[in-house]
Amino acid sequence: MSEANTYLDMELLRFSTAGSVDDGKSTLIGRLLYDSKSIFEDQYEAIEQTSKKKGEEHVNLALLTDGLRSEREQGITIDVAYRYFATPKRKFIIADTPGHIQYTRNMVTGASTSNLSIILIDARKGIIEQTHRHTFIASLLGIPHVVFCINKMDLVDYDEAVFERIKKETEAFASKLDVKDVHFIPISALKGDNVVNRSENMPWYKGSTLLYLLENIHIGSDHNHIDCRFPVQYVVRPQKEEFHDYRGYAGRIAGGVFKAGDKVVALPSGFSSSIKSIDTFDGEIEEAFAPMSVTLTLEDEIDISRGDMIVRENNQPTVSQDIDLMICWMSNKPLQERGKYAIKHTSADARCVVKEVRYKMDINTLHRLEDEKEIGMNDIGRVSIRTTKPLFFDSYKRNRITGSVILIDEATHETVGAGMIL
Amino acid sequence: MQAYNLTHLKELESEAIFVMREVASQFENPVLLFSGGKDSIVCAHIARKAFFPANIPFPLMHVDTGHNFPETIEFRDKFINKIGANLIVASVQDSIDQGRVVEEKGINASRNGLQTTTLLDAIEEHKFDAAIGGARRDEEKARAKERFFSHRDEFGQWDPKNQRPELWNLFNGMKHFGENFRIFPISNWTEMDVWQYILAEGIELPPLYFAHQREVFKRDGVIMSTSDFIEQKPEEKVNTMTVRFRTIGDMTCTGAVESNADSLELIIEEVAATRTTERGTRSDDKRSEAAMEDRKKQGYF
Repeated sequence: MSEANTYLDMELLRFSTAGSVDDGKSTLIGRLLYDSKSIFEDQYEAIEQTSKKKGEEHVNLALLTDGLRSEREQGITIDVAYRYFATPKRKFIIADTPGHIQYTRNMVTGASTSNLSIILIDARKGIIEQTHRHTFIASLLGIPHVVFCINKMDLVDYDEAVFERIKKETEAFASKLDVKDVHFIPISALKGDNVVNRSENMPWYKGSTLLYLLENIHIGSDHNHIDCRFPVQYVVRPQKEEFHDYRGYAGRIAGGVFKAGDKVVALPSGFSSSIKSIDTFDGEIEEAFAPMSVTLTLEDEIDISRGDMIVRENNQPTVSQDIDLMICWMSNKPLQERGKYAIKHTSADARCVVKEVRYKMDINTLHRLEDEKEIGMNDIGRVSIRTTKPLFFDSYKRNRITGSVILIDEATHETVGAGMIL
Repeated sequence: MQAYNLTHLKELESEAIFVMREVASQFENPVLLFSGGKDSIVCAHIARKAFFPANIPFPLMHVDTGHNFPETIEFRDKFINKIGANLIVASVQDSIDQGRVVEEKGINASRNGLQTTTLLDAIEEHKFDAAIGGARRDEEKARAKERFFSHRDEFGQWDPKNQRPELWNLFNGMKHFGENFRIFPISNWTEMDVWQYILAEGIELPPLYFAHQREVFKRDGVIMSTSDFIEQKPEEKVNTMTVRFRTIGDMTCTGAVESNADSLELIIEEVAATRTTERGTRSDDKRSEAAMEDRKKQGYF
């Protein structure tokens, strides 16, 4: 097969990295990009020049990810940066998020679309408060796979005992959280041990390298293929002679597998019908699953518009105006108890009122602070809301698409909160 | 049991279709910016797919610097005709004639920067509330921090430090009167993804992308096509070379690469082996380290 064709059959893995500057996060990303030959010469030359100009000894790979002028000036990452690389097996999208406490909102943003999270631990320091925070966010955001990279093994003489101790402590801590698939890899991002190439310095480690894991970890089950959910995004009505009576419901499948002939129910009307066809530009298809974008036509003419949801008769989502959420706050103006916000959920728009703040999380100790009701920027807490109209939802644990909402300030139109339905 | 997995191209396509449909739903008067380059051709192709069997429910707009490759304009008109879309042409020459902008002077004069004014004027004139573009995050480091839905104030400015967080696939297109959005459906695609997709979908491209014989000269290491729009220095010697273009912009700022890749398969092999970014051939990005960031803040794509 020619090179052109081998690339046509790859999967996509989205992962996020969390860690602070000192953890060697940028070095790790640089190492992955560099060893997989994804850094271009002109990019490398540009950062080489900048490094020299600043009088730095080594080529500073962190400069690759610092895209904005103020970031370069301050030497810190402010925003989520997206990086791309590919191997013959997979294409990767890295959401590179800053790890400082004030940037919880960026970590949450990066994590929201990831299948996997890499959490860096400095082998010399072991688990620190920040590790707790990163792990908690990965679990809260329902990231299916978490990889702890114990970095800087070169600085602890590649000692197996150090690795085992940190692994044990982390396992004990992670077991209290809801993380399904956990991996540990001893690495040195700087020296390249176990990142792309197997380390000769740690013969005691029998597991896979980081890149091998990224290339081979099973991600086929990361989408929900059980509960059929089709949020209607757009109604297609061609003003054309040959499609005179055509009425198609366009959307992206949020869960389950839809087949032509399936009995379905439209929410909120509750009217039943069956799927006449699943249409795409390339022709009709027999079945469609998440995350495919398709257009459904139904046997019966029923009134369906954007914000409605097509589901299977015997497997329906919760329909309610009263919703409990874990919320991450993203605005300088704290969340207002009794405050009203615009809310977006799948393709539905509504308004909501915050009925009650139940508690705030201390994201470092994981304690629930029942007496603290003020949820400010970068805080995470549990709230109850009531919406102006019923939403059709699943718990976030069950489905990340039908279980997530964002809250929007009605005056500024800023996105102020990210909510995960309990 | 059947594996319910999509290939990376199908997943990226599905994501881009989703974004197109969000635009049509959340905005009253969107427009798709069409330059005749491969990224905007891919965007238009995806827009067709998103609304099939209906036509694309918004017009396409070309910001015409007047310094295009003739091949681009020829391709544009054929393409628009084929897909049955409406085309609006916003002309930089008009902006110059109306005194809205002043032509750059000197040897490296380019109309690239002037486009921003023409674009912003056209957005205002047609009351567009969303402009869809084919920019990708892998192109340039300021673009790596761009959102799918990028909010612009009433001056068309981008405020990189005050961007709305973008979570899951919940895109927030709420705005005040006079504000608008730039939308980037293929944000997550790389140059390689775009080429693979063009191959997989059999998408037609302007001939400039394929290796051909052309009269060229070198300036600052960049291979430039001869044209009426560029003033050549006496020492800049004209040669005939076999070249192709990795990006297509203005004739005044788009460099060619030496190449024999005259088919999509060969181009993909070349892209896989290439060691420089595609914007490495763009002299407009070489003006300073933050050239792109500065232009974006002012309203450039």
